[in-house]
Amino acid sequence: MSSEDTPKDYSESPINLEYFYTAGSATTRFLNQVKEGNIVGQACPKCKAVYVPPRGSCPRCGVATDIEVPLTDKGCIESFTVVHIPIPGNPIVPPYVCAMIRLDGSNISFLHLIQEVEIEEIRIGMRIQAVWKPKEEWTHSLENIKWFAPIDEPDVDVATLRFQES
Amino acid sequence: MIQAGVIGVGQTKYDAKRRDVSMAGLVREAIDNAMLAADLEWDAIDAVILGKAPDMFEGVIMPELYLADAIGAVGKPVLRVHTAGSVGGSTAVIAASHVCSGQFKTVLTVTFEKQSESNATWALSPRYPYSPHINAGAGGYFAPFIREYIRRYEAPEHIGWKVAVKDRQNALKNPLAHLHIPGIDEKMVSDTPMLWEPLRYLESCPSSDGACAMVITAQDQVGSRNVAWIKGMAVRSEGTLSAGRDEVNPQAGIDCAKDIYNQAGIQNPFNEIDCAEIYVPFSWYEPMWLENLGFCDLGEGWKLTDKDATAIDGELPFNMSGGVLSSNPIGASGMIRFGEAALQVMGLAEDHQVEDAKVAMGHAYGGAAQFFAMWIVSSSLD
Repeated sequence: MSSEDTPKDYSESPINLEYFYTAGSATTRFLNQVKEGNIVGQACPKCKAVYVPPRGSCPRCGVATDIEVPLTDKGCIESFTVVHIPIPGNPIVPPYVCAMIRLDGSNISFLHLIQEVEIEEIRIGMRIQAVWKPKEEWTHSLENIKWFAPIDEPDVDVATLRFQES
Repeated sequence: MIQAGVIGVGQTKYDAKRRDVSMAGLVREAIDNAMLAADLEWDAIDAVILGKAPDMFEGVIMPELYLADAIGAVGKPVLRVHTAGSVGGSTAVIAASHVCSGQFKTVLTVTFEKQSESNATWALSPRYPYSPHINAGAGGYFAPFIREYIRRYEAPEHIGWKVAVKDRQNALKNPLAHLHIPGIDEKMVSDTPMLWEPLRYLESCPSSDGACAMVITAQDQVGSRNVAWIKGMAVRSEGTLSAGRDEVNPQAGIDCAKDIYNQAGIQNPFNEIDCAEIYVPFSWYEPMWLENLGFCDLGEGWKLTDKDATAIDGELPFNMSGGVLSSNPIGASGMIRFGEAALQVMGLAEDHQVEDAKVAMGHAYGGAAQFFAMWIVSSSLD
C-alpha cells in the first residue's frame, strides 16, 4: 500500500504566532544602552544586588531596580553546556556552547554563546569577554554581541560569585 | 483540619504516540481507571481539578474547555492548574486542599500530556525578544546546573549512568512504563550520544503521551476503602532570575520538603520514609534532590546513589515505577509520582511494590527548577 493509500488517523494543524513585546521602562533603558554598545545593569536599592539584563524589579525584595550600574563586557563562565542536538526552530548549528555568563559586578548570569576556543578547553570559572558585531549592525538586542571568547586571565572560583546581602 | 486520602489512582499506558486515542480519550482512560479503583459513581464527584504543562506542548490552548465533558466536569466546578513540570504535583495538592477546606467531599483530579501532538522542545526553545536564539529545551537549561553539581562535589560520571540504568530496570517491573529496555547497563547508557553535555541520550527522559488521575476524598467518605492518607503537602516557588539563587540546590525545594516533613511529624526523612517517587527527568537530579530534600548532607547524594541506597531493595528506594526517566507525559509526570507514592502505601504497586511500605513521598519540580510540589502519604491515619 503506498503512503497515499494509508489511512490517516490524524491531521496536521500548524499554528503561527506573532506578538508584540512591550519592553517596559527598565528593559527599554537597558536596550537603548545596548544599542550604543554599553551594558548597563540595574541595582536593587534595598539589597544592592545588580541585575543584567534588568527586568525592573528585584525578585528578592520586590522593589524597583532604579539604580543604573554601568558594567564591563568582561566576566566569567558560571556554568555551561554543549548542545549536540538540533533544536526545532533554532538556526544555530550544533555543537555549540551555551553558557551562563556572569559579568563582573553583576549578581545574576544570562545565557550566551562561547566561541573562538576548542570546546574541550572550556571550563567553569573561565574568564571571557564579549565579541561585538560591527557597530553598523547594532540594534536593541544582546545579539549585538556575537558571542563571548576567552581572555588570558586567571580562572574565577565560582563559589565566590554567590550573592550575599552585605 | 479535615483529613483527606487518595482512594483511587488511575493511569494510562504511557507511550511515545498514543494514536489510538484523542486527547479526550487519553484523559478519560486515566479517569475511568481512577473511578473504578475508587469504586465511585459520578454523582459522588463534587469538583474536577485538571492540570497540564504549557498549552504550546500540543498547541491546544485552554484544553480544559474542550475536555469538560471527557473529564466529567459538566455541571460541576472545574479548575485548571499550571505550574510547568511540577503541575502534576501542584494539581494533586490543590485537589486535596479542596477536600481539606470542607467545601468539597470528594474531588477528581487529572493531569495529562500528549506530547506526540506537537514538540515540547520546540515549545521550550523560543527566541526571546532581545536575546540570541540559544534556548535548547529542558536539557539545555538544566545541564549547566548538573555540570556545576558535578564540579562542586567531585562526583564521578558513572553516577548519572547508574541512575539511568536503575530507573529503567525498575520500569521493566511496571507494564505501564513507556520505556522498556531489557538488558540496559551502564555501558549501554555511556555509549549513547551526548545531547546536552554532560547528559547523554539515555540519561534523559523520553517524550510520552499519557494521563494520570486520582480520586481524593474526606475521612468521613472513605468507608471500607483502601486509603493513602495525606499526611503533609506543600507547594513552593522562587524567582527564576534572582540574585543569590542556587539553581543546584534551590531554596524553594528545601523549604517545601521541610514543610511536609513538619506536617507529617517526620524528624529524619531518610529513616522514616519507606520509599519515594521523585521527579528525576535527567539522571543527575537523583543525587541533587537527595541533598535538596534533606535525605543527606550536601555532597553526599551521589554517594548514596553509588552504594545503591535508592535501588528498589535499598534503604530508600527512589522511583520504583521507573520514574520520569521511563515515562514522561510532562503535565502528568508529577501526578504519577504522587499517585505511585499512594499506590505503594496502599500495597497496590504490584511488581514494583516496596515490601511493607507504610510512608511514601511524592515530589515534582518544574519551570526553571523554581516550582516545587510534594506530599507525604501514609497507610495509617495516626
